[in-house]
Amino acid sequence: MFTFVLRRLLIAIPTLLVISFVIFFILDSAPNDPTGNLPLTIPPEVRQKIRDSLGLDQPMYVRYVKWLRQFLIYEPLNLLEENTGIKIGDSEGRLRIVSYATRSPVMELIAERMPQTLWVVGVAYLLGIIISIPIGVISAYRQYSIFDQVGTFVSLIGFSLPTFFTGLLMIIIFGVKLRWFPSVYDTTLVVKDWKTFVLQVKQMIMPVTVLTFFNASRLTRFLRSSMLDNLNMDYVRTARAKGQKEQVVVWGHVLRNSLIPVVTLIALGIPGIFGGAIITEQIFRVNGLGQLLIIAIQGADIPLVQTLTFIFAVLIVFFNIIADVAYGFLDPRIRYS
Amino acid sequence: MSTTTNNQQKEYSYLADVWKQFSKHKGAVVGMLIFFTIILTTMLGPFVWRIDPDAKDLKHRNEGPTITHPFGTDNLGRDMLAANLAGGRISLSVGLIAMVISILIGTVIGLLSGYFSWLDGPLMRLTDLFLALPILPLLLVIIMLYRDTLRGIFGPELGIFILIVSIIGVTSWMNTARIVRGDVLAAKEQEYVTAASALGSGGQRIIWKHILPNVSSPILVSAALGMASAIITESALSFLGLGFPSDIPTWGRLLFDAKDFMSLTPLRVVWPGMAISLIVLSVTYMGDGLRDALDPKIRSSK
Amino acid sequence: MKIRLTVVLLLLAIFTLGLAQRGSAGHVNILYWQAASTLNPYLSGGTKDIEAASLVVEPLARCDQDGNILPWLVDEVPTIENGGVAADLTSITWKLSDGLVWSDGSPVTSADVVFTGEYCMDENSGCNSLQQFDGVASIEAVDDSTIKITFDAPKPFPYGPFVGATTPILQKAQFADCIGANAQNCTDANFAPIGTGPFVVTDFRANDVVTYKANDNYRVADQPAFATATFKGGGDAASAARAVLETGEADYAWNLQVEPEILAGMVAAGKGTVVTAFGANVERLMVNFTNDDPSLGDYRSLQFANGAPNPHPFLADINVRKALSMAIDREILTEIGYGKAGKPSCNVLAAPAAYASTANDGCLVQDIEGANKLLDDAGWLPGPGGTREKNGVPLKILYQTSTNSVRQGTQALVKEWWKEIGVDTELRNIDAAVFFGGDPASPDTYGKFYADIEMYTNGFNGTDPEVYMAGWTCDEASDVTNDWLGSNIPRYCDPAYDALAAKLSSTAAFADRVAIVKEMNDMLMKNYVMIPLIHRGSVSAHSNTLTGVQMNAWDSELWNIAGWNRK
Repeated sequence: MFTFVLRRLLIAIPTLLVISFVIFFILDSAPNDPTGNLPLTIPPEVRQKIRDSLGLDQPMYVRYVKWLRQFLIYEPLNLLEENTGIKIGDSEGRLRIVSYATRSPVMELIAERMPQTLWVVGVAYLLGIIISIPIGVISAYRQYSIFDQVGTFVSLIGFSLPTFFTGLLMIIIFGVKLRWFPSVYDTTLVVKDWKTFVLQVKQMIMPVTVLTFFNASRLTRFLRSSMLDNLNMDYVRTARAKGQKEQVVVWGHVLRNSLIPVVTLIALGIPGIFGGAIITEQIFRVNGLGQLLIIAIQGADIPLVQTLTFIFAVLIVFFNIIADVAYGFLDPRIRYS
Repeated sequence: MSTTTNNQQKEYSYLADVWKQFSKHKGAVVGMLIFFTIILTTMLGPFVWRIDPDAKDLKHRNEGPTITHPFGTDNLGRDMLAANLAGGRISLSVGLIAMVISILIGTVIGLLSGYFSWLDGPLMRLTDLFLALPILPLLLVIIMLYRDTLRGIFGPELGIFILIVSIIGVTSWMNTARIVRGDVLAAKEQEYVTAASALGSGGQRIIWKHILPNVSSPILVSAALGMASAIITESALSFLGLGFPSDIPTWGRLLFDAKDFMSLTPLRVVWPGMAISLIVLSVTYMGDGLRDALDPKIRSSK
Repeated sequence: MKIRLTVVLLLLAIFTLGLAQRGSAGHVNILYWQAASTLNPYLSGGTKDIEAASLVVEPLARCDQDGNILPWLVDEVPTIENGGVAADLTSITWKLSDGLVWSDGSPVTSADVVFTGEYCMDENSGCNSLQQFDGVASIEAVDDSTIKITFDAPKPFPYGPFVGATTPILQKAQFADCIGANAQNCTDANFAPIGTGPFVVTDFRANDVVTYKANDNYRVADQPAFATATFKGGGDAASAARAVLETGEADYAWNLQVEPEILAGMVAAGKGTVVTAFGANVERLMVNFTNDDPSLGDYRSLQFANGAPNPHPFLADINVRKALSMAIDREILTEIGYGKAGKPSCNVLAAPAAYASTANDGCLVQDIEGANKLLDDAGWLPGPGGTREKNGVPLKILYQTSTNSVRQGTQALVKEWWKEIGVDTELRNIDAAVFFGGDPASPDTYGKFYADIEMYTNGFNGTDPEVYMAGWTCDEASDVTNDWLGSNIPRYCDPAYDALAAKLSSTAAFADRVAIVKEMNDMLMKNYVMIPLIHRGSVSAHSNTLTGVQMNAWDSELWNIAGWNRK
């Protein structure tokens, strides 16, 4: 087990290096341009100068190595210095990863976006898991009951309607007609007392609902089908025959074995929280990591996109290792080879 | 000779058995009826409802349902019935083909890496890579590289169709692969698989006979959900200017264009929204029925 | 050069708010659906950043809503008459108003202005207002409050540097270490510049929200009326409009390019008002004069292929270009896509009013029949599929533009009309960051123009069209030799036009300049080098509780925010 994790972690290093290079290569080959969104009245020669000032006149590999050095050495050192106060080497002269659009350190931009992303996307994700487990289990256990039929219907509607539609529908109903919730998310709100907490909850309700609906729909479907498979397995019959309580059978044995696809989805989904929810964030102006990423992509802000995507990649690799460990926990027969 | 006929008979009776089981599933039958009704409507509809989806009736803009325009019109006076019919053909083809590509890749990779431990490492690292790729810039690159070539070979519409279907298929198989692999890892350790393996059955045979039926349900769920996401992803692509040209309607695009008109002409969002939901629902119920029908344990227990 | 010093509006604002006190009106919420990414206008990513910064940093002079130059940090605008502009047009001398202070209390001096010039003109700073400093030989401080700008040649329109929201004055003390390549290390300064404007930045979150408070040292004692302001970004135009017009969550929303019927529905809620202002922006179709056939490979869209001229197979025929223009109903395009935010236009130079020609107004009436006859007479006859052709060349057009729902609506309508005259159109829309980008590897940039027709909006900064009109001379032709960065996108070339452009650059008298500019515009229009469609205005909305809003297309929309108040 320990050697398995260690080996996986070691393999992760070259994997991530390759991934980071592929990402950089794609970003560099993409035809969008950091000066593309400037007003057309700015003449092309000036645009060329702006591109040069961003370092785009250097060859691709030079910029890649520069980014790699900044990401792997300079940024961690800066983080260390900020947290411990110890000065290591030439801390002033170390160039941080700087965004093209804002000309500010990428890491600070990311840190600024974390709170609202965790509040909205994170909470929605958690709620999605909490809701989908009982619904999935009951739907499967009482297959083709009214509960199952309604659950199937609602979850599929939830999945087939895109968030740009459900989000807007909520704004029109609850924001414009009923005036219950604000349609503009205030990222500067600091929760410090009961009143601000209520405000925070109010502004979270609509985006969180939209995202939870979408996440829960998917998880419910997978859990339900997996439960159905397991309910017909021999070990269930054996357990029942042994006289174990039905509740223990369902919630203990069957659910545990059915969680494998769900764990996979959850493990894939947690890095997704970090990626933000681009469309939902846009509709409610949550301006979290998703909005940061999409603006950066549209503006061809390579350092920002590269850093965000790479952190995302690290999380994916890491959580996939966790998922593999979790498989072994859920089903001890799965061996690590 | 005699074994072949025997096998064929067995095959035949197996299929008949599956069909019998499938037809007992009410939801699946209704789902299948709806599914084929929608497909037939979108295929034959344009021959009955002969208005050009691109024709603009500028005197009748933003209208609700009337006799001349039973589904109403959009802000350029285009007939929504004709647009939804034409859009359905493209959305359904995109949804089906992209879903098949994605499920095929996902299933093959999931099966191989779950069953053969020596393939697990490389294949899963490949999956990690695809999961981590920034989709949007990747699309920009692919379109820059291949659009004009495909347009030259297949013409503007088929060219972009091939491009979109492959883009969606190739960038959406990773979840399926990981889910299938997870289930294969578990299935591989079931008694009957280890038994079959101990009895000397070949890997290929074990995968086909024992593993695949066991992991078929997540594949079917992925397929139903994958179809919906393919239809919606297509609309996101056209919104970004990476999809079909703006004068070719698709359900996703109709829904997207209509959203801002939700208070003015609410029915405009209802038609494509309902069509996408109905397709997903019907595919899901068919999937449910199929799974029950294929599952040897359920069949024998009834 | 006639400059009316209209301070009427400002005086009016001061008068009506005479009773108000600084900060008495509470908080104002401004919503821009594109969020501000920096508050340094010289490093900005577009209008949104410049306007967010215009609350804080100010230029020496601004343009008012009619395009007149208004003294802002000076007492009067230099002219030849008052001796501020040298008689030989090679220099301009500005004199700062007395007693100006930065928001930190220190005095504004000529050194700050000189520094700002150096800052932008530095080779490595990547300043995007560099064009305003075109032809500047030196900027020097004559004394503490006098600045003399010398040009390397006579400059008939010397109001480039430090006029308008794109070239405000930065504080030397704050930005001294940020010049050139160091601009990157000055995040704090870029995110919270010290200015002379009515507001001071309290918090800046890039691409999200800016919060401001009133500047205690602002030069007008009782302004601004608002104690605090937020500038929130994100979302899309329709939802920004909704927040002002329907829910009342915001007081001001910018750039509401939304279908007119949607906007009208929102206005009906009675919470806000839609305001428009017209600048120089004209939405136009560019006509490709060169052959863009993909089979030409590297010679695609070049004026010469293998040394031989490479004209477009059918757009080189003026009759085809003319017919394409005649078939378009600009009134309907305006009504459907723009509403109050657009006017049909037959000129590529539609404003300022003095320069606008009336010679081409015939295009306002759609004439399908006439277009068909023109093509018949020119020998373009309908082929088997209804598409016209001549000598085996069919009239098949690839028509590209950026992705934007109003533009796609226009494309659809134009396609329909062209079908009626036997022209087959293929539509393409391209992500704006690619289309307007300059990546030489991409086939989809507007500069490469690998299509037959393309559509976008352009205009010019300030009120003088000289640079804009010079954009269609022969040596500006966008091609591989200038990395596809030339401004002559149609690759039209006429020595007579070049001669007019040269004449314009050496003419000073206003009336003469107007005559030349009109002649240039008419020449482009009569040759159908471009097909103008719509004179586009900026459209914004403000809450009905807000007073003093005066839309301005020639400067920042928020130019007079100091005078805004709550009803």
